[in-house]
Amino acid sequence: MSHPTPLAALLVALAIASPPLYAADSPELQQLRQEIDSMRQDYEARLKALEARLKQAEASLAAPPAPSDASGAVATAISAPPPAAPPPPPAQVPASAQASASGFNPALSLILSGSYAALSQDPANYRFAGVLTGSEIGPGVKGFSLGESELGISANVDPWFYGALNLALEADNTASVEEAYVQTTALSDGFTLRAGRFLSSIGYNNDKHAHTWDFVNAPLVYQAFLGGALHQDGLQLRVLLPTTQFIELGSELGAAGPFPSGGTSRNQPGTATLFAHTGGDIGASQSWRAGVSMLWAKAEDRASDTIDAAGTVVTSQFTGTTRLGIIDGVWKWAPNGNPQRTNLTLQGEYLRRLESGSLVYDSTGQALAASYHSAQGGWYAQAVYQFMPTWRVGLRYDRLDIGDVDASTNAANLYLPDYTPTRATLMVDWSPSEFSRIRLQFAQDKARYGLTDNQFLIQYQMSLGSHGAHSY
Amino acid sequence: MKRLLPIAAALWLALGMQAAQAALKVLACEPEWGALVQELAGDKASVYVATTGLQDPHHIQARPSLVAAARNTDLVVCTGAELEVGWLPVLIRQSGNNAIQPGKPGNFEAAAYVRKLEVPDRLDRADGDVHAAGNPHIQTDPRNIALVAEPLARRLAELDPANATAYQARHADFMARWKAAIQRWEKEGAPLRGASIVVQHKAFPYLQQWLGLVEVAVLEPKPGIEPTSAHLSAVLAGLQTRPAKMIVRAAYNDGRGAEWLAERTKLPIVVLPFTVGGDDEAKDLFSLFDDTIQRLLKAAP
Repeated sequence: MSHPTPLAALLVALAIASPPLYAADSPELQQLRQEIDSMRQDYEARLKALEARLKQAEASLAAPPAPSDASGAVATAISAPPPAAPPPPPAQVPASAQASASGFNPALSLILSGSYAALSQDPANYRFAGVLTGSEIGPGVKGFSLGESELGISANVDPWFYGALNLALEADNTASVEEAYVQTTALSDGFTLRAGRFLSSIGYNNDKHAHTWDFVNAPLVYQAFLGGALHQDGLQLRVLLPTTQFIELGSELGAAGPFPSGGTSRNQPGTATLFAHTGGDIGASQSWRAGVSMLWAKAEDRASDTIDAAGTVVTSQFTGTTRLGIIDGVWKWAPNGNPQRTNLTLQGEYLRRLESGSLVYDSTGQALAASYHSAQGGWYAQAVYQFMPTWRVGLRYDRLDIGDVDASTNAANLYLPDYTPTRATLMVDWSPSEFSRIRLQFAQDKARYGLTDNQFLIQYQMSLGSHGAHSY
Repeated sequence: MKRLLPIAAALWLALGMQAAQAALKVLACEPEWGALVQELAGDKASVYVATTGLQDPHHIQARPSLVAAARNTDLVVCTGAELEVGWLPVLIRQSGNNAIQPGKPGNFEAAAYVRKLEVPDRLDRADGDVHAAGNPHIQTDPRNIALVAEPLARRLAELDPANATAYQARHADFMARWKAAIQRWEKEGAPLRGASIVVQHKAFPYLQQWLGLVEVAVLEPKPGIEPTSAHLSAVLAGLQTRPAKMIVRAAYNDGRGAEWLAERTKLPIVVLPFTVGGDDEAKDLFSLFDDTIQRLLKAAP
């Protein structure tokens, strides 16, 4: 044990030397070694070639792509960086990312929202007495609630079409198709044709998704006359006129079904719209848009919850035609057109609805049928002011005009108190980034006859995935 | 009938002449590309610039005026690299204009012709509003303008072949003047090499690389996030160990974060025009860089 080192050295030498020793004995192993050697040489050569190509590619990236004229020399000369400039990091585009099938994945976006509401009245009895509405009215539920989560998927289909899907995932574990449409990209002369389910372009607020609203809930007129927002299953044709002033004309044909049309079984469309929008800039700091829209809808046994004088909920069915007119306007201001620090938006819409047909009062019980004609309206106006970066404050006033209702022999049954539903809303929101917003809202809601509902809401809205659109 | 014929002929002739005189319509997303098209096309193109030097090109809404401009244009010239991701796709979709759809000759993306800096290793919004393609503010290095000018001149010629030779000639002329100007700017800007700067937004990596400026701090905690007081305090503390010569921001940035820091550090604030029209001096591409160099030199003698 006094000479461990020479012994160890001998063992190591044996171990190292053993493969060739054994190889000399076995032609099979010798062949393997030769193959490995030739492979190594081959790979080294290929690596060298690849390195050379990489250098070439880097050089051509730094210089302009193959200029053909005299400017080539100029560009190459000036693209040589000054001596001390640090070399730019290589642009990282993994080749696999370009080649893989996932490169064609459409844009994905997800909106997450939730709220807490403290309401002084029971939301279950939220009705506009004397106004036939759909079901989507009211401030929502008391306490904590998961808002509507929205999953959006969109991409160009091919050189001719673009497609988009918006799924609304509701707190009650149901999913609904908010939008699913395809539209043309290749028509020229300002024409765009859209097919599928989409938010109608009537008015200003109608085609805005809930997460882009300036307040937690929709204006009262939209709740009363459009069920929150009009969704169309059908076709839309829009044309932008070739003028420097923005003038957009459009029309839609939609299936019967969603409020304010109602369950018809005919080949003809249940709704039709016409709309015109115009707008522009006033200097660098101001911009505006204004529009008029018309909606015709056929309703067949369209159910509405009404209340009788005792406050009991009664279901009535309307059959006839609805005509709705909208005048909308929005004006935005930001110093020099830079909204980052401060900006102001004024927005307002006036809606007027004429319904003509017949009404079956208490359709599930007494079923009292009589002719029904109404002329009703309403409006809202709002101002939203960003007083410092990330902070905004907003004020909105809503008003519904019960108007004239001629319910013939049902006049005594339908509860038509002499009142004007109104609501005043104040909100403050904070957006730490472009992708998140936290909002506080207080509303004094006098939509119900004789009741004042003080509504306090806190809401968060977050968007993740592909970058959201800065729509006007 | 015989009397109508000359009138009709005159009308058609007038229409034809009008068509012949009609300039190529260009919608430039940012003023620097509007100015570059002007240099390359002169009166052969009529240019509509979507933003001004006092606007953040990222935070623009698809306003009605812009939709109308997109509908009527033959060519959109934009930075790309997701700088206009919030509004340009909306304009293009609403325009009903097939010529400017992505992949068409009428859709020109400047950043595609430039090697981008700050390409993120990972894409996570926890890092702020990062751009997958790299930093999009490529126009702060005049060598990038030169790189874009060549393919842009070719694109103009492709869309308007009748004037191809004019575009070629104007491009050659522009490049000669531009090359001389760059040499002059580099000579003038030589004293700036190695100067440490604090920037408001990561908007100047190309300028920094060109002039050899060294960025030691950023006022925004993350790209696109407004400066917070906590972060500004951290920047202030960091400047004790890594001092800077000046605070640099673009004309459209909110100035309060920079002012807060300047008050405490006595550092000069340099408001760079950032693009054509960012200040009164930056009237075109040449005066943009004249002014940029002069403002930087004034702060770091």
